[in-house]
Amino acid sequence: MERIYIFKRFERFWHWSQALLIILMMVTGFEIHGTYTLLGYGDASELHTSAAWALIALWVFAIFWHFTTGEWRQYVPTTENLVAMLRYYLSGIFTHAPHPFRQTQLRKHNPLQRLAYLGVKLLINPLIWLSGLAYLYYNEINAAGFGLDLGGVALVHTVGAFLMLAFLVVHVYVITTGHTWSSHLKAMITGWEEIEDPQAGVKS
Amino acid sequence: MKTNRPNRLARYWRATLLAAALAGGALAGSAALAATTASTADHAKFKELQQSFASGPEVTKACLICHTEAAQQVHQTKHWSWEFLNPATDQTLGKKNVINNFCISVPSNYPFCTSCHVGYGWKDASFDFTAEENVDCLVCHDTTGSYRKLPGLAGHPPYQDTEIPPGSGKFAKAVDLTKVAQKVGRTSRDTCGACHFFGGGGDGVKHGDMDSSLAAPDRELDVHMDATGLDFTCGTCHRTSSHDVPGSRYTPVARDTEGAHIPGREDDSLPATCPACHGQAPHRGGGHAAKLNDHTDVVACQTCHIPQIARGGVATKMSWDWSTAGQMGPDGKPMLKKDEAGRVIYDSKKGDFVLGENVVPEYRWFNGEVTYTLLGDTVDNREGVTRINRLGGSATDGKSLIWPMKVFVGVQPYDPVNRTLVTPHTAGNDDTAYWKNFGWERAIKTGMQVSGAAFSGQVDFVRTEMSWPITHMVAPKENAVRCGECHMQGGRLEAIGGVYIPGRDANPLIDLFGWLMAGGALLGALVHGGLRIVRRNG
Repeated sequence: MERIYIFKRFERFWHWSQALLIILMMVTGFEIHGTYTLLGYGDASELHTSAAWALIALWVFAIFWHFTTGEWRQYVPTTENLVAMLRYYLSGIFTHAPHPFRQTQLRKHNPLQRLAYLGVKLLINPLIWLSGLAYLYYNEINAAGFGLDLGGVALVHTVGAFLMLAFLVVHVYVITTGHTWSSHLKAMITGWEEIEDPQAGVKS
Repeated sequence: MKTNRPNRLARYWRATLLAAALAGGALAGSAALAATTASTADHAKFKELQQSFASGPEVTKACLICHTEAAQQVHQTKHWSWEFLNPATDQTLGKKNVINNFCISVPSNYPFCTSCHVGYGWKDASFDFTAEENVDCLVCHDTTGSYRKLPGLAGHPPYQDTEIPPGSGKFAKAVDLTKVAQKVGRTSRDTCGACHFFGGGGDGVKHGDMDSSLAAPDRELDVHMDATGLDFTCGTCHRTSSHDVPGSRYTPVARDTEGAHIPGREDDSLPATCPACHGQAPHRGGGHAAKLNDHTDVVACQTCHIPQIARGGVATKMSWDWSTAGQMGPDGKPMLKKDEAGRVIYDSKKGDFVLGENVVPEYRWFNGEVTYTLLGDTVDNREGVTRINRLGGSATDGKSLIWPMKVFVGVQPYDPVNRTLVTPHTAGNDDTAYWKNFGWERAIKTGMQVSGAAFSGQVDFVRTEMSWPITHMVAPKENAVRCGECHMQGGRLEAIGGVYIPGRDANPLIDLFGWLMAGGALLGALVHGGLRIVRRNG
């Protein structure tokens, strides 16, 4: 077994604070949506807004980090091994077949991860952000002459929230598919990922 | 809901200036209060008032020696004429003309109703509206609390000790006109309240947001009138000039889009609205306050800041069923029935009442336009409910806000042949007054004759509804309606259409797909993980 340093300190900080904020916003967001009552609408809405601003600030730093370190390349989609990855998740994983993707510091994410994270960054996040900001500044936007319909804004925001929720569920499950059930999780905590011995054919 | 507001920066500066002005005012505190209560004149030293007066009009003549224009000013007001032409609807309104579902109508009952008229002697249609001495100065300017006008005296106070009601053994003392005249002063919650707290025939009956508990309210009941705090009088908001009191329920300002009126900066007017002082961005601070301010283009201030009506311990009438009036007690005499709190819920003269305290209002879009069902307008008891007043307003007209309302339900007599409301003669000692004789046909015949309206002789009852915009009994901010009381399904604003309310509204299809997708993902993960566990062991 081999260990490589995959997730740098800022990356881990970004990931976990983002995770915390997103879960917080889901809990408060679905309360605002009327799904349940937990904190009370006013507190939920206030917390949701504060968390949104924190997440936006975090993202400004994260975007800066991605571009200055070149880490953005980690999300460039590729078809290489894509089918093999799919086949692995659908069958190989049950027969203890070797993982078709080998992590390196330059390629942390398998091709499916790349696609999923790119989808979050380019589709779900902008959808939630833009609709969320429109939700927050709805009065100002309309005062400036636009004819936004609050119901429509809320609908887009809700769609984004459901997509994010589905992503979160899948994401939390898929991190268990590493070398061991917890090796991906450990990597995101310590930075160090355990990977299979490239020579070994079958996991012990 | 487009808004047309000055930009936020300008509003911010305006709010800051106002805050500074208020802070300065607070520092000047007691001195300022003293300045508003102390007069430069001691009326007891005026020789015109150092005499004994035989009647109210004699006092008025003495007042007019100095206050030369006062009577003519009063003559111009609704307080005097009980008549109002609504320019928006061309309807002739005013107490003299409208019909309500409380005591119903004025014209055949003048001597009783006009105990709340700012005049003397209005006992029938022959009243002289041009006589200056008929203006009652004292009813508004008494500071002694001893001045009282009695039902049946056509606006006069008792000049001798008077049994009220006759035969009851209870006597109202004769008013000491000289004492009252020598101690006149500004209007107060007590003087305005002498009539307005008792509208509809008793304490708190009519409005729900005005009753005798506002004479000396605490902060919880009314944050502005708080007798040991800001101590507003009615006139603080209804700032009156030339005896013309602003703030009308016939043509209310439902949506004041102007900023705060700062004397000397804009104009000297002060409409009786919340924004007249508080402006359009009343909540100070960022974040949450800004979001609250975002509501002001949809929600009237009153909607959040008056969480319930009748909060001062005085019940308000919520419904009144005239059709059950006339039942006699076992002794064959008119009777009263009371609830466990000792409040009258049945009166042979009036029928059944439902009372309410701490009542959560209903909510409506309201743009200030009120149309009345007047005498002669067609009504029918087959149409469910007849609206005594209909409120204009919608989510889209740009003039409406969501307002709290007391919706008062009545069952009242009408003419099923002519299909009109009727104006019964209720009060009086003659042989047709309903409260003495308990015969609807005769009472209505007399009343309709006085009103000059046709009456078929048939009487039936019709269900009616009247909406009263709520604006008094403003609670302190910590008691304002919570966000979640409207932002929920089945909340206060459940019935309000035309606006998306987060927490109440959602697209059911999106929700269904969303939960299916998230649930499907979870199910997939569980199955996949389960298979992995099974395969690992196998």
